[in-house]
Amino acid sequence: MRVSKRARLVATTAAVALVAAGCSGGGDSDTDNAGGDTANGAITIDGTQPEVGLVPASTTETGGGKIIDFMWTGLVTYPNDGSAPKNAVAESIKTTDSKVYTIALKQGTKFHDGTEVKAKNFVDAWNWAAYSPNGAQNSSFFSDIAGFTDVNTPDPDDDGPKKAPEPKAKTMSGLKVVDDYNFTVTLATPFSIFPTKLGYSAYMPLPDVFFTQKPEEFGKKPIGNGPVKFVSWTDNVEIKLTRFDEYTLDDKVKIKDVTVKMYQEDTAAYADLQSGNLDFQQQIPVSALAGDKWKTDLGDRALNVPIPSTGIIAFPIYDARFKNADLRRAVSLAINRQEITDKIFFGARTPADSWANPLTPGNQKGNCTVCKFDPEGAKAALAKAGGFTGEMVLYYNADASHKEWMEAVAQSVKNVLGINIRAEGIPTFAVFRQGINAKQMKGPYRAGWQQDYPDVENWIGPLYVTGGSSNDGSYSNPQVDALYKEGTASTDVEAAHAKFAEAVKLIDQDVPTIPVYFSNQQSGTSDKVKNVNTSNVGEIDLSSVEIA
Amino acid sequence: MGRYIVRRLLQLVPVFIGTTFLIYWLVWSVPGDPFAGKCGDRPCPDNYIQVMTEKFNLDQPLYVQYFTYMQNLLQGDFGETFGGRSINDLIAAAYPNTIKLAFVALAVEALIGLTAGVLTGLRRNGFLDNLVLVSTLFLIALPTFVTGFFLQYLFGVQWGIIKPTVSNPPSFTELLIPGFVLGSVSMAYVARLARTSIAENRSADYVRTAIAKGLPMRRVVGVHLLRNSLIPVITYLGTDLGALMGGAIVTEGIFGINGIGREVYRAIVTKEGATVVSIVVILVLVYLVMNLLVDMLYALLDPRIRYE
Repeated sequence: MRVSKRARLVATTAAVALVAAGCSGGGDSDTDNAGGDTANGAITIDGTQPEVGLVPASTTETGGGKIIDFMWTGLVTYPNDGSAPKNAVAESIKTTDSKVYTIALKQGTKFHDGTEVKAKNFVDAWNWAAYSPNGAQNSSFFSDIAGFTDVNTPDPDDDGPKKAPEPKAKTMSGLKVVDDYNFTVTLATPFSIFPTKLGYSAYMPLPDVFFTQKPEEFGKKPIGNGPVKFVSWTDNVEIKLTRFDEYTLDDKVKIKDVTVKMYQEDTAAYADLQSGNLDFQQQIPVSALAGDKWKTDLGDRALNVPIPSTGIIAFPIYDARFKNADLRRAVSLAINRQEITDKIFFGARTPADSWANPLTPGNQKGNCTVCKFDPEGAKAALAKAGGFTGEMVLYYNADASHKEWMEAVAQSVKNVLGINIRAEGIPTFAVFRQGINAKQMKGPYRAGWQQDYPDVENWIGPLYVTGGSSNDGSYSNPQVDALYKEGTASTDVEAAHAKFAEAVKLIDQDVPTIPVYFSNQQSGTSDKVKNVNTSNVGEIDLSSVEIA
Repeated sequence: MGRYIVRRLLQLVPVFIGTTFLIYWLVWSVPGDPFAGKCGDRPCPDNYIQVMTEKFNLDQPLYVQYFTYMQNLLQGDFGETFGGRSINDLIAAAYPNTIKLAFVALAVEALIGLTAGVLTGLRRNGFLDNLVLVSTLFLIALPTFVTGFFLQYLFGVQWGIIKPTVSNPPSFTELLIPGFVLGSVSMAYVARLARTSIAENRSADYVRTAIAKGLPMRRVVGVHLLRNSLIPVITYLGTDLGALMGGAIVTEGIFGINGIGREVYRAIVTKEGATVVSIVVILVLVYLVMNLLVDMLYALLDPRIRYE
């Protein structure tokens, strides 16, 4: 029974492929006729319950982030292949000094409530997000803008009884509305990559009605400006979206209805996918990846796509034992990345060979010279560092599947260097992060970085510049800081990337962290849909979906 | 009897306060800062942590938090999750599904378990007896998630008879397979319990007397034998309902049922004391009430038992 079902499936997909190929010269309408009714099509995709209401600046987790990405279109969008951003709501973004940006909007784009998207919708939304009493999780994204420190006051004693003082101002001085379709942004210091950041969900515009109600209420019935609009939300069950017919930008969706079904277990979603009750699953469960079972189950409905995310092991450089760069290099050179990706991840991830992700604009392939497996070099580096005494413990959070690869890393290092090293799990991600945030880690620890926006800057600034938002290991190199600053201050992106490449060369010498693998995402579709693409972060690209 | 019930109901009050405080304290002492892991691989901004801490009184000592919670609870307000959802709504949406599932499971285990138990208890060492013994052993040995995945794959993916996950709210027919999965282990216990109990009482004096009086076999078994043999089984079934509701987390996950299991799990991991306590409080109440009902059923089943 199973065999015949699959045979039928292969036959249908083959037929679709043939028809599609035959029609490729004849225009799109023919393919539509050959396939199903795309214009009235409805699909179901998997998701998880958003943790908080759907307000772009308050959402940082993937469950809600996905819905926000569907429902909103920013000033710029990121192409699926990870290349440099393109203007979306923005008509143009101009600057002469990388400090003052003049942003012009396309006229006639609309929110789902019918009001037009105007300059003040951006300015008001950004001011709201940055104002600290509003408690937006993404507020730090606005810290580049002049006047941010006047609206966002930190807790004076970091954590505790004393309350943060009321901010001096309610709006940032760097934001000025010129007219309905133009506004200017003045940054505190020049930052060449600023336009690239603008596609991140924190920078989405908010309709006027947002400011007349409580954010929580808005978050339950959000109004965006993207290709699909909100219909309903049943907690823990589903969120329904439908096509916004007045959408005027390029990424219009062809299908009509989208249901995001929320699952507790990815295995339940996978059973639904196999039986045709789910049309897209973003990440196939680990249990189905073993032995490539998912490829046999799904055939050509299996999608393996790279995503801009890297698995990293970070050093607590604040600990005296890890201050020596040669020691860090020795550990990095002793890791057999190829074997780990083959044996632990069944080839579903690729060995890291550069400091940024290969999908990131500005990344230089192979610029991580310490990412190769070089036992002799490792031993030499360890000797140069004067050896390592005591026990090195690698930490990971045990509530996700990191045990296997972290233990494999420890084993690989032990085999090559002969030092006393092991991997140890910390029960939950919260406890794990608490130790990292408090800079109390006693050994190298697992980290992961998925870029917020596609530029190599996002792989340097937050991670390796002194005081960077995710520079948890307290790495600091004045030369890297200087080069980074020159890069961000330059007036064009090419020049900036050249400076960043120089900074990476220094980072490569210092080995503040160890890139281990590049992530891939394993997704699956049903036989009801075709042409499914994924976005630059691996979410389904709704505009690509057609009914087969 | 009346005084007994009142006394038992009054006992609920200290038990209620004790359990809620214990659970609140346990959740509170789970290690980890609730906002440390909230923003992924970077620390949450100060202002977000401040706003949340103030809103949920997290900077107050434990007993203040607990009393604020109890004060609201007595006014019928369970509070809010960190995500800003009303816990009242959450309970109203999730509990009916869990209760439905638990009752389907209970019905499955009572029907199949009792029938198998009675049949094998009356005819011991036959083919049926051996079959039931082996199959119950098999069911007890299998963890719920194995039975769950297997049946889901077989019926949902391979044969396509059911949808692998249920709709919302789930209908009773959709809950048959999940209910069977959830009740399967208990069902095996019920069968074995009933079998032993029946077999034991089969040779009791009053049964022999009844047979000697010339009563028809149906009456001997149906009225005399069964009624007495049911006491341990009823005790088991009564307490099992609470266990089924609290233990449905695995089954709910496999079949995508929007029940309380997921909420409790999520709330424990994120240290949302109010959510955990609110959900568990209701479980505790169900447990206590079921115990009371079971105790009262004893008196009905066995005339020798009297409550003062």
